[in-house]
Amino acid sequence: MPMQAQDVRWVKEPRLSLMDRLYLPSVVDGILTTGKHLVKTLRGGEFTQQFPEVEPKLPSHYRGVHRLNRDEQGRVKCVACYLCSTACPAHCIDIVAAPSPWPDREKYPEMFVLDELRCIYCGMCEEACPVDAIELTTLYDLTGLSRQEMLFDKEKLLSVYDQTTQAGTDPARTHRGQLGPASEKAADVRLPNPQ
Amino acid sequence: MPTVYVNDQPVTLGEQERLNIIQAAAKVNVEIPHYCWHPALTVVASCRMCLVEVGEKKPDGTVVMQPRVVPGCQTPAKDGTVVVTNSPKVKEAQAATLEYLLLNHPLDCPVCDQAGECYLQDYSYRFGRAESRLKDDKLQKPDKDHIGDHIALFTDRCVMCSRCVRFTREISGTSELQIIHRGDHAEIDVFPGEPCNNKLAGNVVDLCPVGALCSKDFLYKQRVWFLKDSPSVCPGCSTGCSIRVDQNKNIVYRLKPRFNPQAQGHFMCDEGRFGYKYINRVERFRAPQVRIGKDLVPIGWDGLLHKMKRELQESVPNGLAAVLSPWLSVEEAYLAAAFFKGLSPQVTLALGPVIKVGAEDHYPKGPRGEAPTDPKEIKFTIRAEKCPNRRGVEEVLKHFQGEVVGFDQVMKQVETGQIKAMFIAASSPTAWISDEQAKGLDKLNLLMLMDLLPSPASQRAKYLLPSASFAEKDGTFVNHADLAQMIQRAILSPGDVRPEGRVFMDWLERRGLFHAPSLRQEIAQKIPAFAALGSGDLGEWGVFLATQREPGAVAASAGPAKPKTAAGNKK
Repeated sequence: MPMQAQDVRWVKEPRLSLMDRLYLPSVVDGILTTGKHLVKTLRGGEFTQQFPEVEPKLPSHYRGVHRLNRDEQGRVKCVACYLCSTACPAHCIDIVAAPSPWPDREKYPEMFVLDELRCIYCGMCEEACPVDAIELTTLYDLTGLSRQEMLFDKEKLLSVYDQTTQAGTDPARTHRGQLGPASEKAADVRLPNPQ
Repeated sequence: MPTVYVNDQPVTLGEQERLNIIQAAAKVNVEIPHYCWHPALTVVASCRMCLVEVGEKKPDGTVVMQPRVVPGCQTPAKDGTVVVTNSPKVKEAQAATLEYLLLNHPLDCPVCDQAGECYLQDYSYRFGRAESRLKDDKLQKPDKDHIGDHIALFTDRCVMCSRCVRFTREISGTSELQIIHRGDHAEIDVFPGEPCNNKLAGNVVDLCPVGALCSKDFLYKQRVWFLKDSPSVCPGCSTGCSIRVDQNKNIVYRLKPRFNPQAQGHFMCDEGRFGYKYINRVERFRAPQVRIGKDLVPIGWDGLLHKMKRELQESVPNGLAAVLSPWLSVEEAYLAAAFFKGLSPQVTLALGPVIKVGAEDHYPKGPRGEAPTDPKEIKFTIRAEKCPNRRGVEEVLKHFQGEVVGFDQVMKQVETGQIKAMFIAASSPTAWISDEQAKGLDKLNLLMLMDLLPSPASQRAKYLLPSASFAEKDGTFVNHADLAQMIQRAILSPGDVRPEGRVFMDWLERRGLFHAPSLRQEIAQKIPAFAALGSGDLGEWGVFLATQREPGAVAASAGPAKPKTAAGNKK
């Protein structure tokens, strides 16, 4: 849908005051911060992170390498709906869907390839997923020797799930701990009651 | 003139126009949601989605409204009818209907193939309510794989509009589908062992407004929002059904019929629907080839056309024939004919083999599978002539040569040795030459061929140029009833394939690119038979070549006689 003219809001840059235009207060402000840190360091405090000797503790919403979650039976949770690849602004997700071999589901990804080099780690795939199958983990130190190596396929993405859940860094944080509404049997679907 | 008032807007109807309220409202772009009503099918008013308030404007100006909402599909629009589609009462009725329809719907949009072109989604978004208030478990019915070779039924998604059932009863006449059980338990099904495999069966998938009937051929191949569509014409037979080519990343995934009252109506046959697959076949020629010794060797285009042109020029005195297949577009035939007649007027131009399979197949069928006897009853015809543009190529040949020489006549001249060199633009995805006929080609000194797929002729060709399929070029096809329609390029050709028109342009040493609209204008000026193409753009429905012909009469013989219903429903 093209954007309508009335939906566009024009914002004017706020004018700088005299103090802002002098820049001196900001400079002093910066020097003060540096001074405070200097004093604290001299007193024995630590501000520098000793990476890579000490691994940083990242918050659980950090957006690192992706993983494909497993359901309680260990199968891939993804239902190949292509919503992640539709939402992806970098077009880095490539899915081939097929009728699922399991009776409780209609569709599953025969192939799921995610280009970790092309990805911009925005987390839109995670948001788009209706079954909480794709998630971004706190794994941040992703390396590889070739571009080919950085194309993560279904097995690789599932292994990231195994690795991160076993290590305890990224516990399965899906809402239900089971398949989402799209993959559940129709009888199990309970829509929120508005009362 | 009868006037209908839709949400206070006056709609003037034609004197003989018989519309229902949905169609009348569509004239002023007021959409009345509906599932079960379809312009080509009978009215059942069972889905209750098109409920509107209806009243009557009396001659003294007072308006008397009916106390309850009524289905718009069933209510005729007549002089003084007042329709209200946006009152709270109507909105409430629409929301309630949708809530009912969704009671047992599994809401599995992420895995449903219809998502993105689903009328349940669209109408829920626009007319429905956000939540369901159902506390009980949803009724879950098993999916059915046995409905047909090309049809899968996801029973729980069905809204019981019965469009598919009515289609098999009214249009195909084969009556395979039916509704079994009652009330909540109603399901679409077939008689055991009698699957829905008639030649029009694929249409029930298009008719299904929700994701209940899915095409097995397209199932889970693509999400529909990735597909880009271009209007085109089905090349499967000389009916020339208007279609839409749906592609993504240069792969054609499906063909869908496009409404055209002048050509075929709303539908298309399965032969055409699934007949596009040669486009993606690996056997297709992807580069020009030259015979070196016994083998055909792929070579590049560099200098090739120049060399071929010289050989063609040299072979004129020995007798040269150019065969233009009925699979070429009008523009390509025109360029080819202009080139060969420009080489020398002695060059024989011939029409390629016109393949006919069986007889005309008219629908709806009777109870014993017999075709309708009364031409007025015919609602769809699959033609025996399995090529898209015989009429167009014939008209071009008539202009350049005065007569149409058939392929058999040319082969006889080859037999007698009058013709020693031949250029065949076959471009045909069907088998167009038998082994027997191809043996006759052995007498030639030079055979140049343009084709899509290997054939007995390609084994004998010295030069072989790859052809582009109908989805890879712009042009014009003229159907059996002289209706000229545009085809448009939907995808890029695979490999090193150049559309035929480009090759002929090169040979003619014409400047510029192959631009179908301007070529059409040129053809319209030069060939009187094609005067109707003068504007260059033939529009959505195409134009009839012969102006003395009544368009209505042709439409009646061509398909469903609904030429004047400009319905808002283009499903």
